[in-house]
Amino acid sequence: MPETIIKHATKTALTLIAFALVFTALLVYIFQITKVPIEKSEAAARLALFRQIVPASMHDNDILKDTLTIAPNDLLGNTQPSIANRARINNAPAAVILEAIAHDGYSGDIKLLIAIKYDGEISGVRVLTHKETPGLGDYIDIAKGDWIKLFDAESLTKTSDGKLAEDKWKVKKDGGQFDYMAGATITPRAVVKAVHKALKYFEANKDALFV
Amino acid sequence: MSQYTEIVENGLWKQNPGVVQLLGLCPTLAVTTSVVNGVSLGLATALVMAASNGAVSPVRKLVPAEIRVPVFILVIAALVTVIDLAIHGFAEPLHKVLGIFIPLIVVNCIVLARVESFAAKNPPAPAILDGFMMGLGLTFVLGVLGGMRELIGKGTLFSGLDLAFGPSFKPYVLTVISDYHGFLLAILPPGAFLGLACLIAFRNWAGTRAPKATQAGGPLKPAH
Repeated sequence: MPETIIKHATKTALTLIAFALVFTALLVYIFQITKVPIEKSEAAARLALFRQIVPASMHDNDILKDTLTIAPNDLLGNTQPSIANRARINNAPAAVILEAIAHDGYSGDIKLLIAIKYDGEISGVRVLTHKETPGLGDYIDIAKGDWIKLFDAESLTKTSDGKLAEDKWKVKKDGGQFDYMAGATITPRAVVKAVHKALKYFEANKDALFV
Repeated sequence: MSQYTEIVENGLWKQNPGVVQLLGLCPTLAVTTSVVNGVSLGLATALVMAASNGAVSPVRKLVPAEIRVPVFILVIAALVTVIDLAIHGFAEPLHKVLGIFIPLIVVNCIVLARVESFAAKNPPAPAILDGFMMGLGLTFVLGVLGGMRELIGKGTLFSGLDLAFGPSFKPYVLTVISDYHGFLLAILPPGAFLGLACLIAFRNWAGTRAPKATQAGGPLKPAH
């Protein structure tokens, strides 16, 4: 009987709609009450990350709010606009935190967070995301090793060992000054290159970054 | 209370989701690179399974048979999102460890399987217990598999515990084999398949040796 079919179909559809409405309402409610705590904990987590590379003594402004949107640039390796956070002391520029992407890792992109002091010296580098081989190339991650700290206090111009500044921005295998772990050279090579390029970007855009 | 004992026994041993039903292999294989990862995902799954079984069971008679699967998926997806948001908002350190795994639970078919085969036919109390026990059974397998892979692959146990619960847990990270250079195969995906195969083989061997276990269903004949 077509009439009973229609009745049955309508009832079934209405039940599904009712369930969808109830659970959508539940999601809306939970989303509303967790929105503020999530924003807070995300900001706290981000600040904790920044703290690793820009110590509290290096700024007196709200580093999370003092941002600048940067157009995509080859030197930063990104194709989307990125956000730079700026650290200042008494309104004078102190440091900037840039996001950079290395495309030539062993597997996939390596996303980096690079803090550069106003004088061009690196304050710290951290790997945000990577897909390098676990146990082999993942020592670039601070959770797995201290390798990333090799960049601390390096700059484009400093020549501690007398080499040309341009030459030392390579891993030791290529004649540069950065250590690497045997068997995983591609990963640190990509990171060194990306940090070097980010420094060049900073050098070229230094003043525009602190507007 | 024999019904409850049976539910517990099924979840932990007879119908263990990880090594007997072989459901939910995606997370089993993907996240078990360490004990902490395996157990964390296992516990989150147990929580979702108890919640989804508990949510479906009371309304099981209102759901027409034709649309039960879409309704179940809707319920599971909503609950996973609720748990994800709640952990993110109120337990940030836990979210750091579990965050990337929680959305994976939606696609874990063990959750849908228990809702469909148990919660849709039983009252809430046994249904919740079933979900939780199945989850614990999975947690146990994930923990053991994670331990095997971590030990063989990196020579440590419980690494990452300090990241999950704070630096004070650092002493509990065991370096079992010091100065170990690692056996990468165990950490990479093939290691997951090989390790799981060993566990399934052990389960079948133990199941055939104990005559009691062969009575209900038998270890070689999964229910699904």
